[in-house]
Amino acid sequence: MDILRFATAGSVDDGKSTLIGRLLFDSKAIFEDQLEAVERTSRDRGTEYTDLSLLTDGLRAEREQGITIDVAYRYFATPKRKFIIADTPGHIQYTRNMVTGASTADLAIVLIDARKGVLEQSRRHAFLTTLLRVPHLVLAVNKMDLVDYSEDRFNEIREEFTAFASKLSAPDLTFIPISALHGDNVVSRSESMPWYEGTSLMHHLENVHIASDRNLVDVRFPVQYVIRPQKATDPAFHDYRGYAGQIAGGVLKPGDEVMHLPSGLTTRISSIDTFDGPVDEAFPPMSVTIRLADDIDVSRGDMICRPNNQPEAAQELEAMICWMGDGAKLMPRSKLLIKHTTRTARALVRDLHYRLDVNTLHRDESAESLSLNEIGRVSLRITQPLFVDDYSRNRMTGGFILVDEATNSTVGAGMIVDARS
Amino acid sequence: MLQRDYTTSQLDVLEAEAIHIMREVAAEFERPCLLFSGGKDSIVMLRIAEKAFWPAPIPFPLMHVDTGHNFPEVIEFRDRRVAELGARLVVASVQSSIDAGRVVEETGRRASRNRLQTTTLLDAIEEQQFDAVFGGARRDEEKARAKERIFSFRDDFGQWDPKNQRPELWNLYNAKIRQGEHIRVFPLSNWTELDIWDYIRREEIEIPSIYFAHTRKVFERDGMLLSDADVVNRADDETVFETTVRYRTVGDMTCTGAVQSAAANVDDIIAEIAVTRITERGATRADDRASEAAMEDRKREGYF
Ligand SMILES: Nc1nc2c(ncn2[C@@H]2O[C@H](COP(=O)(O)OP(=O)(O)OP(=O)(O)O)[C@@H](O)[C@H]2O)c(=O)[nH]1
Ligand SMILES: [Mg+2]
Repeated sequence: MDILRFATAGSVDDGKSTLIGRLLFDSKAIFEDQLEAVERTSRDRGTEYTDLSLLTDGLRAEREQGITIDVAYRYFATPKRKFIIADTPGHIQYTRNMVTGASTADLAIVLIDARKGVLEQSRRHAFLTTLLRVPHLVLAVNKMDLVDYSEDRFNEIREEFTAFASKLSAPDLTFIPISALHGDNVVSRSESMPWYEGTSLMHHLENVHIASDRNLVDVRFPVQYVIRPQKATDPAFHDYRGYAGQIAGGVLKPGDEVMHLPSGLTTRISSIDTFDGPVDEAFPPMSVTIRLADDIDVSRGDMICRPNNQPEAAQELEAMICWMGDGAKLMPRSKLLIKHTTRTARALVRDLHYRLDVNTLHRDESAESLSLNEIGRVSLRITQPLFVDDYSRNRMTGGFILVDEATNSTVGAGMIVDARS
Repeated sequence: MLQRDYTTSQLDVLEAEAIHIMREVAAEFERPCLLFSGGKDSIVMLRIAEKAFWPAPIPFPLMHVDTGHNFPEVIEFRDRRVAELGARLVVASVQSSIDAGRVVEETGRRASRNRLQTTTLLDAIEEQQFDAVFGGARRDEEKARAKERIFSFRDDFGQWDPKNQRPELWNLYNAKIRQGEHIRVFPLSNWTELDIWDYIRREEIEIPSIYFAHTRKVFERDGMLLSDADVVNRADDETVFETTVRYRTVGDMTCTGAVQSAAANVDDIIAEIAVTRITERGATRADDRASEAAMEDRKREGYF
């Protein structure tokens, strides 16, 4: 059984949490005590129906305000797949939490309230999911019950969104009309919308093809940790030196010729070890320990790749930044910590090329800074080379975070666009 | 050419993620420790730690917050496992916190040391200068836990601020803290109860006997079966009877309920969980029933 990670997105009150509650409820992933608690709370507040959004809005403040503030992770499985759901907040103030939830998603469901149509926040979230390269996008037109399950309304929204999406590098895009409150087209096909010929949302989630979304071509092994048992008395491990890490790309086999960066030295993989014994091949997302045939000085932050397929060793980076700092803004000359794979260095913002208007996708080249939740393109100078690929080629070697040294907060997410040395 | 399909099973994905998290902590922090209670989640977490650093030993100590109200079978298991691994175990004792006047023992029928543990835990973290603390909590356990990051920041009072969590993207974890602050790390965040059992079965991991059906003297309180032990304050009208039970979670004897079950082995347990309609904490933990936000409130104070 494989795992599909998906995230909800969309504007405030479009029904994201209700949809997740509905999915969990209709797929019988809700336990009696959870349902009783939700029913009790709904009743106490005088809500006339059971408010399924309470299944994910678990914080006191969220329940008081009736909105989602931070991502909730929920889990369920069908005979076909295990699902990891990130239910994200729609409120603009909490966009960084939406980005947190979407960064690891294989699929995003952008909800739209059928009455309201495509809002600025729907566009922002749709844009963010494509910026984060979430490979599959579902546009769920929700609250169809409030527009008499109108096919015309659905088509209008579909056209409006398609026009916007054509400006994005939108991946695989699917439109589904639903009612999260009543369950139409959520787990089973709706009888109220006979004009809709597609599948239910659940059917789509169970069957969307995700195996090819991983990069199995470019071998990338960021060294995370050096394992030296120093068991002087045990001859088997006396000289053991293994490089532990999680494979970020490609397929590795014992005997393969590999290159170590930054040294540029080549050697062979002598063995790929795990606690359960050596393996004949390793690929993402496996965590393994690699031993090399030659004695090379390898440490955390280094990269193992193939001699004929290397990442860029870059000290100058071009990247799209999603700024998440609520204090300091990002400006030219800002100095930050950058964490990329297993390497942490310091970065200087050399230039802010433009700030993006998520509504129109207009590039404002006169912008002088990025504030909370703004997106722009920057040039960075790094104190030491990072081994990078374009984010579009590999999310693991193309993404990085920025940390403010004064507060230690994570203030930016970066996606490398044009690697050069 | 035969194209191999590089799919990975859910348990392998979860294991690989947890190993990555453990290595990240070992690489980035000076003084991590792993909370080991002898419960199933911490047993799985310990196995992951063994795997992450093999053939080297686990590069950090284990810590147990001992309430003095633990199941004897679990303490026996804990000590045996620690000895097998040759690990260092720090025992932080709630009794010592009481003796030192740091906390005051609750009184009455429902007296429990559950809440007192937080002080003992935070004192021990400060005393030992731990900067990262691994916990076995899973997001599927409880609605406040469902909101927590994998690297969860704690200020110098050990507090969690759920409204102001650090963004956490991809598998890039921010390990930066100041002196006195620490990070709680949850490598099993994305595991469900069923994943834990599937993993225990697959890896043939030993667990304490109380997880399997056994006969026990119990009494009923609030629809839960509590063990009739010295440390549990039982009223006269709470009558004791003997029945066949097992435990779904392992906590304090005073607030952990048993479930009626004939599940004698891991296969039986998995079959039982697959059809159960009640969450593990709902079925067995009095501490979560106090109020709607009981877990969130305890977590804010620094609880596990
Ligand atoms: N009539 C109708 N109401 C709905 C539907 N889906 C959601 N709602 C209602 O819309 C309101 C907002 O729903 P939520 O699920 O909390 O919205 P959300 O998108 O999660 O909001 P944030 O997370 O705060 O951005 C609630 O009152 C829901 O009951 C639907 O399909 N039909
Ligand atoms: Mg919501």
